[in-house]
Amino acid sequence: MKIACRRFFFFVLWLCHLGVGLACADTYTLTVAEKSVNLIGTKQTAIVANDSLPAPTLHWREGEEVTLHVINRLQEQTSIHWHGIVLPYQMDGVPGVSFSGIEPGQTFTYRFRLKQNGTYWYHGHSGMQEQQGLFGALVIDPVHPRQKVERDYVLLLSDWPEADPYRTHARLKKQSDYYNFQKRTVVDFFNDISKRGFAETLSDRLDWGQMRMEPTDFADVTGATYHFLVNGQTPEMNWTGLFGPGDRVRLRIINASAMTHFDVRIPGLTMRVIEVDGQPVIPVDVEEFRIAVAETYDVLVEPKADRAYRLFAEAMDRSGFAAATLTPKIGLLAQMPTLRPLTLLTMADMGPMHGGGHAGHADHQAMPMSGMAEQPPDAEHAEHAAPPNHSMHEGHDASMPATQTEAEAPMRHTEAPAMGSYKVLSYQHLMAAAPNREWRQADREITLRLTGNMYRYIWSFDDIKYSESEPIRVKFGEHIRFTYVNETMMNHPIHLHGLWQYLDNGNGAYNPKKHVINVPPGKTVSVIVVADAEGEWAFHCHLLYHMDAGMFRKLIVEKREHAGR
Amino acid sequence: MLFSKFMAERFEYEGNDSLHLFKWDIKHWIGNDEHKLYLKTEGDYSADQGIFGRADLQMLYSRNISTFWDFQIGARRAFEPERTFDAVIGFQGLAPYSIEVDSAAFITENGNLLGRLNLGYELLLTQRLILQPRIEVNVAAKDIENRGVKAGVTEFEAGMRLRYEIEREFAPYVGFDYVEEESLREHHHSVRFVVGMRFWY
Ligand SMILES: [Cu+2]
Repeated sequence: MKIACRRFFFFVLWLCHLGVGLACADTYTLTVAEKSVNLIGTKQTAIVANDSLPAPTLHWREGEEVTLHVINRLQEQTSIHWHGIVLPYQMDGVPGVSFSGIEPGQTFTYRFRLKQNGTYWYHGHSGMQEQQGLFGALVIDPVHPRQKVERDYVLLLSDWPEADPYRTHARLKKQSDYYNFQKRTVVDFFNDISKRGFAETLSDRLDWGQMRMEPTDFADVTGATYHFLVNGQTPEMNWTGLFGPGDRVRLRIINASAMTHFDVRIPGLTMRVIEVDGQPVIPVDVEEFRIAVAETYDVLVEPKADRAYRLFAEAMDRSGFAAATLTPKIGLLAQMPTLRPLTLLTMADMGPMHGGGHAGHADHQAMPMSGMAEQPPDAEHAEHAAPPNHSMHEGHDASMPATQTEAEAPMRHTEAPAMGSYKVLSYQHLMAAAPNREWRQADREITLRLTGNMYRYIWSFDDIKYSESEPIRVKFGEHIRFTYVNETMMNHPIHLHGLWQYLDNGNGAYNPKKHVINVPPGKTVSVIVVADAEGEWAFHCHLLYHMDAGMFRKLIVEKREHAGR
Repeated sequence: MLFSKFMAERFEYEGNDSLHLFKWDIKHWIGNDEHKLYLKTEGDYSADQGIFGRADLQMLYSRNISTFWDFQIGARRAFEPERTFDAVIGFQGLAPYSIEVDSAAFITENGNLLGRLNLGYELLLTQRLILQPRIEVNVAAKDIENRGVKAGVTEFEAGMRLRYEIEREFAPYVGFDYVEEESLREHHHSVRFVVGMRFWY
């Protein structure tokens, strides 16, 4: 019965697709080549698609059959990965995993039908090409448009290095704190003593000293080499979007950085978050959100005043910022906000690392789902400013332990959920706009420890680097609960190709689905993955140098027949 | 993937009223995360006398054994004061509280045992102005007549260097060393002023 239903559903889907597909089968061409650019006052070599940095925004339609030729005019292999797009794995574009890459002078033709809509992006998956400029936005229009807006802008955030990325990587291997110019100094030590007293300051320093770590270590590569860009433009170049009186403006904010998480705000405007990672969520009004590397957030703003607004995206470690302007007329400028001071990591962020290196894995089981409640460092005072309905959500979320069975969770939000309003968005606030029909208990659980050695700049899963790892194998149709246990002091945005990760933030069938899940330092986060696409998929931390250093796995979704039972 | 690092930790002039020395302490490694080949050389050259006081070269295989530690094994060739070959076994890494440790045991041809321990720490005055206290102790298990080595602590150095990182890779410094030397023939101690540069690539 269930299977028959499903078949019928797919048949209808197929008919629809056929209809739409015939109507709009389009062909696109991207030519990847080197280009000399001058973004930061010196000439540098970028890797660009169609001569453009960032690569051109591709506008597609849901249901469309995409045919896309990628021509490689480089001296080295290239590839393009369609980030967040559900497609046959041979079209996913990861050399060595799902295809063999595109050799110099060759053309590869991607062909797939779009089963989704929303905001996504695409980027190179070879060498350091993503860091060198090979990234662009994907906007897929829905079959049935939901939200009518007067203006619709893509804001692609990125980090542009002063040095060649291979050199950056080598520097990190030689001295992993090379780019951290916010370390604790003797002056800070005395300031802390006057603020917190001698005993507490000393014990704090000894704690960090014991671990051989730095509480300011938010980012491996920082504003010391990075220039932060919006749509390929520095804050001085000031990318500008126009709006008219009374306009509703949709901003598709994409973090196409190699290494940088941003805290995004538009002073004077409340942002209504409507889609995350291309998926509609129950709208949430926020003043600020943190966007991890490779995530996308679609927000609506309604600027009322006849003045300019500044979109301000601070690097998480406060070592720099990207900025752009929304204005009713060209030439009007808004005041540039200043970077807020860095809030230090605490021992609580270190979770299992504290006081015993990597010992004590047993604690993880008992650890509450604090990972989901993780907010930008200044969220603390934000909490007090939040309006009353805030407590309604936070109330039950906070009291919910990780051990809660999934069965009782879905009841929570079956009544029409109210729209929340928060100072700072957290994963806890995200609820899918429509329930997930496939929602059910996971068939099995796979715990993946996010591991690394900051001192030697080695990154891995379960202490095993990609080069020494075996693929993770799951069966087609299986529901797997992946539990990510972050044993490091860095954030890791975990990206799974081809399959959705349903973030378990306690909303049951309304758990939001994402292609990137950020796991903060010392935290544990669980997701459910529905293995509904056969093939070999890349599964990795989206921080480029972490991926390169070994925080990467191949995930194989096997056909049922192969499973051998 | 292979990486390499050349590091001139000390490249300096050291002296006082009666002493003028040029000293070096250089390491170079090439390898991957687990396995590295290390070259280390240390020595001093007396400008007054036109001779090398000490000069040696170590070639070591370095194996990562835990998060912060490498085990090292190899050989040392001393050129001055006399030409000798020693086997070397040691540990190098970062101790708790971020104390840099380089330790080695040298086993001479006649089976005598010498030891060397280097401890360093970095104190940030600002992000680029760094005070680096350091201690080096050399010990010998028993007397070695022909080398003039006396059992016990043969050399003790405690010093302080203040460097300014113009770039991470390039930092001039000033400082001082307190040095005590003990041998079968003599014992002396002195305080020396130091100026030099630390550079790496
Ligand atoms: Cu990572």
